[in-house]
Parts: sequence; C-alpha cells; structure tokens
Amino acid sequence: MYQDKLMQESIQKVEAARAENIKLDPRRMTAEEKEKLLATYHPDYKQDEFRVLEVGPNKGEKVPTELAALLQANSRVAGLNLDLTKCDYETDVLIIGAGGAGCSAAIEAHNAGAKVTIVTKLRMGDANTMMAEGGIQAADKPNDSPAQHFLDAFGGGHFAAQKDLLYKLVTEAPDAIKWLSDLGVEFDKTADGTMVTTHGGGTSRKRMHAAKDYSGAEIMRTLRDEVLNRDITVVDFTSAIELIKDENGKCAGAVLMNMETKQILIAKAKTVVIATGGAGRLHYQGFPTSNHYGATADGLVLGYRAGARLLYADTLQYHPTGAAFPAQIFGALVTEKVRSLGAMLINAHGEAFMNPLETRDVSAASIIRECSDRGNGVKTPEGYAVWLDTPMIELKNGEGTIEKRIPAMMRMFGKYGIDIRKEPILIYPTLHYQNGGLKITADGQSDIENLFVAGEAVGGIHGRNRLMGNSLLDIIVFGRNAGKSASAKAKTVAMPEKLTLKHVEEFAAECEKAGIKSDIVSPKLLPDYARKA
Amino acid sequence: MEQMVNVYLYGKKYEVPASLTIMEAMEYAGYQLVRGCGCRNGFCGACATIYRIAGDRELKACLACSTKVENNMYVATLPFFPLVKEVYDMEKIKPTQQIMMQLYPEIYACVGCNACTKACTQGLNVMQYIAYAQRGEYEKCAEESFDCVMCGVCSSRCPAGISHPQVAMLARRLNGKYIAPHCDHLDDRIKEIEDGKFEALIENLMQKPLEEIKELYNTREIEK
Ligand SMILES: Cc1cc2nc3c(=O)[nH]c(=O)nc-3n(C[C@H](O)[C@H](O)[C@H](O)COP(=O)(O)OP(=O)(O)OC[C@H]3O[C@@H](n4cnc5c(N)ncnc54)[C@H](O)[C@@H]3O)c2cc1C
Ligand code: FES
Repeated sequence: MYQDKLMQESIQKVEAARAENIKLDPRRMTAEEKEKLLATYHPDYKQDEFRVLEVGPNKGEKVPTELAALLQANSRVAGLNLDLTKCDYETDVLIIGAGGAGCSAAIEAHNAGAKVTIVTKLRMGDANTMMAEGGIQAADKPNDSPAQHFLDAFGGGHFAAQKDLLYKLVTEAPDAIKWLSDLGVEFDKTADGTMVTTHGGGTSRKRMHAAKDYSGAEIMRTLRDEVLNRDITVVDFTSAIELIKDENGKCAGAVLMNMETKQILIAKAKTVVIATGGAGRLHYQGFPTSNHYGATADGLVLGYRAGARLLYADTLQYHPTGAAFPAQIFGALVTEKVRSLGAMLINAHGEAFMNPLETRDVSAASIIRECSDRGNGVKTPEGYAVWLDTPMIELKNGEGTIEKRIPAMMRMFGKYGIDIRKEPILIYPTLHYQNGGLKITADGQSDIENLFVAGEAVGGIHGRNRLMGNSLLDIIVFGRNAGKSASAKAKTVAMPEKLTLKHVEEFAAECEKAGIKSDIVSPKLLPDYARKA
Repeated sequence: MEQMVNVYLYGKKYEVPASLTIMEAMEYAGYQLVRGCGCRNGFCGACATIYRIAGDRELKACLACSTKVENNMYVATLPFFPLVKEVYDMEKIKPTQQIMMQLYPEIYACVGCNACTKACTQGLNVMQYIAYAQRGEYEKCAEESFDCVMCGVCSSRCPAGISHPQVAMLARRLNGKYIAPHCDHLDDRIKEIEDGKFEALIENLMQKPLEEIKELYNTREIEK
C-alpha cells in the first residue's frame, strides 16, 4: 500500500504502460556507453571519496576514506601488555569468521584430520552468507561450459580478475554444487533432477542455481549443521582483533576478544584462515547496506597490519536494487532474481529506461543517473528511487510464481503492506559487496606464510566487479580450498613457540613516522547505531 | 513532527518514532546491540522477540529486525533458546522413519496444541511439518519448513519440549541428499571436467590478448 500521492500517481503510469513495457527487451548498452556511464555516476569513480594510503603494503594506493581510516587506525591491543605465553586456545587450524567460507574451510580441514577451531563475532551463521537470496553459478548445463562462465565473469569484472583464481572458480563450480548437494542442500530442480537455472546480470547462459530465494540461508544452515555434527570447536561472540606471528614472521594465531565481556583471549595455531566477509556496515559514501551487522572489513585490517597486500580494495559493489521504501527496510536487498524472473526497471513516468540484466555496476550507475541528472526518480522519504515492476513476473510466468520462487521478497514487503504480486516496488542502489580484499595465491595463502584467506575478504577472484551468484560459489570453492591448504600446511609445521605482536608495534611506528594521528581503534567489529542521548 | 509511540523494552518505557522496527527502537533507546542482532533483515533468526500490546491477552512473537513498533508494546527479546541439536553422520543415516524416532523421539509427544504454529515468526505451519516428520514424510516436511530461520520461538512455546527447527533441519538435509531427484547433468559435467574436456578451451581463452578477449566478451551470444 502506497499512501503517498506522488507515488500513487507514478504507479498509475507504471500500470498503464505495463502491457507495452512487458513486450520490450531494451537494448543493451555498448561498451563505450557503459564506460561513460560508470565514470560519471558510479560511486567508485568519485575521487574525493577515496584516500591514498600512507603506510603498509599498499602505500600509495587509494581506498575508500572510511576504510583508510580503519587501516591506519590504532590497534585494540596497543598498551595492553599481553602475555602471549599463556594460550587460551591451541589448534592446528584457526578459522576467523563462521560464514559460508569459514564453515566450508572448517569442514574440509576437519576432513583432512586437522584440529579445527572457529572463532566468530556473532553466532555461527550470522553472516552475509545467510542473507544471499538469488543463487549460485555453475556451468553444468549442456549448452554451457566453464570457458563460457570464465568469459562472463572476466568481462563482468572488467578484465581484472586474477586469471588463475577465476580458472579455479569456474572449473570447480560443478563440484562445489555437488558437494553442497551431498551435504543435503536443497536446490530447485525439476522432477527429473534437472537444475532450475536462470540468468543473473551479465551471464550469457542460464546458470544460476537457487534454493527459492533463500539460497544463502539454505547453504549456510546446512554448513552450520554439518560443523555442529563434527568435532570442531566453535567459539561464538568472539572476534579476532589482531593476528599473532611467530619469531620468523609467519602467522601463528590471533588475539581474540569476547564481544560481551570484552575479555581478551589468545589463540595459538599452526595456520590461520581469515574468513571475515565484507564491509557493508562501514556505509561507504553514506550508502545504506544489504549486509549483516558484523560486516566491517575486520579481516582486511587484521591482514593489512600484519603485512598482507590488498587487491582492488578501491572497488565496491553497489547492488542496483536495494529497497528504497518503506523506511524500515531501507537498503535491504531485493534479489537480482526478481529481474531474472522478468521484472523490469521503470522510472517515475512509466518508462523502461534500461535492460534490467546489465551487470550490477552498470545497472546501479544507470539508476543513479535516472534519479539524479535525468530527474526521473520517484521521491521517497530517503531520497529518490525507481520502480521494479514485480507484477510483470506473474504476467510472464503465471500466477503463483512469486510465492514459489521469491517467497522471502514477498514476505519482506508483505510485512509492510505491499503485495509485490500486485504492486511494483521502489528501489535504489545499496552497498552490497566488497570486490577487493586480501590478495591470495591459488592455494588460498596470503602474502604472509601460514595465513590463508577465503570468501569476501579475498580480492582478485572477480576483478573489479562481481557477478551475481559468483560469490556464493567462491566461498564454497575457495573456502574448501583454504581449509584443505591450511590443514595440509599445518601438518608440515610445528606448533609455534615464540608468539609476538611486534608487527603491530612496527605498524604503529610506521604510522607515527608518517604523521598519522588517529583517535579511533580498529578493527571496528560492529557499527555504532546506538543513539547517544 | 515525527509521530512517536511508547514502547516498553524489558518493562522500561521509552518514547520512539513510530516508523522504527523494534530493533531500531532499541538502538534509538540507546542499546548497543551485540546479541539478538545478526542479519537485520529477517534471514538469520537472531532477533526472536516476544511482545504484548497492553490490554491484549495474546502474547505474540516476531523478529525484532522486521517488525514495526506499536504503541504500548511490551517487548522482551529471546536472543538464545536452548534447542536440542542431535549429532549425526549424514553419510550413515538414511531417510527412514526410524531416524527421527532415534534422534528426536520427543516429536511423538506432540499434544497438538498448535502453539508452535501460532508463535512462528515466519508464519509457517510448524505443527504440520512436525506431523510430516513423525510420519517420515521428509519431502513434505522440508517443503513446509523451508522458510524457517531457526529463531526458536516455536520451541519456547512447546509443552512437549520439541526442538522444531532442528527436526526440520534434519528433514531438509535428508531430502536434499537422499530424496530429491538426482541431477545427472551435474555428474556428467564433473566427469567432463575431470577428463580435461574443457582445459584446452579455457586455457586458450585465457592466453588470448586482452583486446581479443574483450571482443569475444562484447559479442558473446546471450541465451534467451
Ligand atoms: C543480502 C545479500 C544477498 C546476497 N546474495 C547473493 C547471491 O544471491 N549470490 C551470491 O553469489 N552472493 C550473494 N551475496 C554475497 C555473498 O552472500 C557473500 O559475499 C558471501 O556469502 C560472503 O561469505 P563469507 O563467508 O566470506 O562472509 P560472511 O558470510 O559474511 O561471514 C563472515 C563471518 O565472519 C564474522 N566476522 C567478521 N569479522 C570478524 C572478526 N573480527 N572476528 C571473528 N569473526 C568475524 C562475521 O560475523 C561472519 O559471521 C549476497 C550478500 C548479501 C549481503
Ligand atoms: S537479525 Fe536476522 S532475523 Fe532479525
């Protein structure tokens, strides 16, 4: 139910034009048009929102201002005088973060016989993985191939992906689906077992596998259940706040903090896996976000301070369709699947202003243009927005499609009295995904020996933009990969003896030398939403 | 002026804007949340909450992140509920009726009060999916329970001590692994990849000069 008069008027235009719009297949933009659009409207191109790093392995490169502030902030262990000879946890493989990447790593490391400990900020599964709606890509249909998948992802990522990582991603994709399926993940299938697959923005074949629009939740809860079925230590409500090294500069554990009591704990490990996910809660450029509460780029800060290089930390993904109305769900994700199923993007005047299946960065920029310079947005309490014409879905695919294929979306809007089967919804880009992160080699290891990275905390797999469905895929492929590598490596090294935080002091000294004065500490751990009286 | 309402957080009164969710209202009141807050959008079940509107006999349950405050709402969060999670080896168990009897026998003590269904924050027919589980109809149990976020409110209301979300979790895994139709094209593709069928194709692509890859990308045919 839209009460606002302007919104109602605009809806009438959308409805009046629906029958004609639905027949359209708006032309895709040319490469030149896309380039110009991105340069003018995409948030990544706003130079004054970035800052050049003055210290650390990526010195001289630019990253979002908010991230720079955290990378060059004070350590939470500064001045604590910790006794590193007394360890609270001792383990072969220490996994930081219990989202999809962390849990996949844990399962594989455990399979390999390692003693595994997971620490995680909130509960296991309180993670971006749980929220993924749309699906997971894999080229497993006869008309598709890993090479085609490679081409789509490489082009969609602006030809910047690390080729060896992308090769691994696409060639191991079918096996990742099989692995999940064998764990009991339910994928949408037809009666003969054929996977129901759809397009995502930028795919040239229909290779998006889904579990309704709870794809991530279905994967996450299954992985969580599997971790609980095994002899894996899970320490929840506990964050890593600094990495620990041994006397040879190899990674050897982490300093932990109990999120509730603030107690500091020491974990010693032969190998460490960072699987801390994304950064949406840093609200770059003031954008709302689709991410979970703990997405604050902690892993990047931990790794950077220990000397690991970042790759493409200057590129973020703004998902074109964040909910713009009502206020209670501002920024929440409207899955791309809504467009895959046939809903089109329509401006305030009822015009289908673009092909709804352009890549995410292009779509986001195009929506921002529609709402700014072109003045074709619908006014909302938070700004401007365009319509996503959801009733088209059932016109195209028959009644009942929405309830069957995107029940979470129906529920999310239904709670606020909007029936997406009958009424279109208002959307605007939302901060969604951290394209960049810590650089790894194909075995999952960072620049620091014995430090592995997996999931959204990695940079380079997708290049400078990621296609829908390739992240759920990467957390499984590279999560498993990191678990296998980290456990194999753990077999070859002894339990570290002398632990040190010297690198933290050195980083602080470097900051001081560069004249950086910061009054904040990092990693951030949680956003600060409590209103101050 | 923003419209304000009174809410009672753990019994204490606060005045908050009427447009907020319960979670936002807590933050507006000054709480820095750690527990009881995960996805902030109805997917993780971290924010189970019980409430009563003053004067109303009925005790309701919801997710704090996706429920608007109402005037005179009394709120208590349930950020953790001790569900029973049995441990099993997916490779060894089979989708038989006995497996539920072994792992979660309490489901047969269901008294049919339907309190679980009434309490479900997702509007699921919880008692029905438990009935399916009792009968070993895991496919139906899986379908009926699919949207469960495992918040645990159902179990908090159950006189028989059933851990409904865990029962459903097991049913879904059994269904996904053993009952759902097998996907042959997936096996075929894995085999092809193992046999190296695509290696030359993809390596050839990777080695092409950037301009050529760009050309291939920009002119690639898109499946209708
Ligand atoms: C709303 C939404 C929808 C999405 N839809 C799709 C989709 O359809 N398809 C797709 O492919 N991708 C999708 N994505 C992206 C994808 O889900 C994520 O990129 C991916 O799941 C990230 O997995 P992860 O394991 O790396 O991180 P997460 O799942 O976020 O897990 C990271 C974990 O680490 C914990 N953590 C963080 N910092 C610390 C610390 N300092 N110490 C200890 N623990 C810490 C976090 O709390 C969390 O539990 C979506 C993302 C969102 C937010
Ligand atoms: S915080 Fe995840 S369901 Fe409410």
